[in-house]
Amino acid sequence: MKTPDILIVGGGPAGMAAALSAARYGKEVVVIERDPHLGGQLIKQTHMFFGSEKQQASVRGFDIAYKMIQQIEALPNVTVLKSTTVTALYDDGVVTAVNRAGYHKFLPKTMIVATGAFEKSLAFPNNALPGIYGAGAVQTLMNMHGIKPGQSVVMVGAGNIGLIVSYQLMQAGVEVKAIVDAAPSIGGYIVHASKVRRMGVPIYTNYTVKQAHGEKSLEGVTIWKLDEKWQPMPGTEMHYDCDILCVSVGLSPLSELLWQRGCQMAYVPSLGGYVPKANEHHETSIANLFVAGDVSGIEEASSAMVEGYLTGLYCNLRLEVYAEDMAALIADYKSQLHDLRSGPAGDKIREGLAQAKLEEALHVG
Amino acid sequence: MLANTGIPTEEDLKGVFPSMERLEKGPIAIFECYQHIPCNPCYTACKLGAIEPFADINDMPKLLEEKCSGCGLCLAKCPGLAISILDYTYSETQALIKIPYEFLPLPAEGEKVTALNRSGEPVCEAVIVKVLNPATFDKTPMISLAFPKEHIKEVRHFKRLV
Repeated sequence: MKTPDILIVGGGPAGMAAALSAARYGKEVVVIERDPHLGGQLIKQTHMFFGSEKQQASVRGFDIAYKMIQQIEALPNVTVLKSTTVTALYDDGVVTAVNRAGYHKFLPKTMIVATGAFEKSLAFPNNALPGIYGAGAVQTLMNMHGIKPGQSVVMVGAGNIGLIVSYQLMQAGVEVKAIVDAAPSIGGYIVHASKVRRMGVPIYTNYTVKQAHGEKSLEGVTIWKLDEKWQPMPGTEMHYDCDILCVSVGLSPLSELLWQRGCQMAYVPSLGGYVPKANEHHETSIANLFVAGDVSGIEEASSAMVEGYLTGLYCNLRLEVYAEDMAALIADYKSQLHDLRSGPAGDKIREGLAQAKLEEALHVG
Repeated sequence: MLANTGIPTEEDLKGVFPSMERLEKGPIAIFECYQHIPCNPCYTACKLGAIEPFADINDMPKLLEEKCSGCGLCLAKCPGLAISILDYTYSETQALIKIPYEFLPLPAEGEKVTALNRSGEPVCEAVIVKVLNPATFDKTPMISLAFPKEHIKEVRHFKRLV
């Protein structure tokens, strides 16, 4: 049984950031990542990031990821286990994981769950036809493996991911026929919408998929309009021939491990579904079990990284590390998070996080 | 409406478009940033102090027209590709717009293209005057496009003919 000081589950933006700051004062850190590489969704992001210089604004997501991967790999006190899946968190604090080399047990002193999120799906007739993808899969094909997923696409979802992936599809030479969203207005940043609109892509709000068509694979899709009560309006159907339908209708926290461990959970729609209740140190109702990134509420990757950096420091605090620069670092990350969430785009996040707040500071020492 | 279509209205554009008086003096940046989002690289990129300091990272850029030289340093830094540089003084009859363009293959200098408006509709014929793609632009090349002056409020993108 290994007994690392800090065990991190997930090597995406939040987990990588958490590893870097967790390792800052020499503590022994283990990162467990299910994929064969670190980076999570960050390595698929070809667009420039928003935010400020501190969150590397204007730098492309994959460049941010590569830099963090290099930094992590240079740290002697961080062990990264790739292609390794955490299978259970036990009540006695034991964590089990499995990979090709076998079954591994850990008893970490503290732990950060940074498992991220999964894509929501959409129910409509024929939604299992080949050619219907989640936006994450499209990004994996195009941006990681250089594979063009098809010739023409209808995008479902005008949030940031739907808009960004539409743009990336155009960069790959795929014709984007339309972007549809059931909501009455565009959910993503308007600049992303304007970017694809000025290349001629129509965006239909208040529209959803009626049905997909095709024999062996997708050949077309019918969309229709929704009224104010989100009910479809017969007679408003529009048809598009396409060989890809890309579904980008939001993310849900990947919180199974936290459920299994018995963390107090809260259902907060604006954060994507069930999230762990956490105190201001990002600690759950289970002592020494911390969370960071999308698993604690869906936000932009910039916020996930800042949360990761911050949570790595909170684990050090729990491990009774006293360092001169720590208070200033914590204050800085907190103020970055405050800034990123302070505008109208952060209204729902702030409300959501307030609902997921663990009131009693149960274990803060 | 912008929030439903992604197309800025005339009214939206009016709020960010430079005055004719300023346009007559030479090139200037136009910031089509209409939403409070946490983002400030335009402000940090400007070496001339032409963008009012942000009190909050969610502020929208406010341009001090007299300080902007239209140098274009901010253009490739905007993650929203919302910045263009407009030079109304380019020639007697033609205006020049510099826009970010992240598509391969890049057009050639001298190439004729169709200029598009903010809805992606054709506006007029235009000519690629310059293609700048230095490493510092980090894969966001800057394309200069010359087109008849009367279309300055419409042209914002282009489509290659080949």
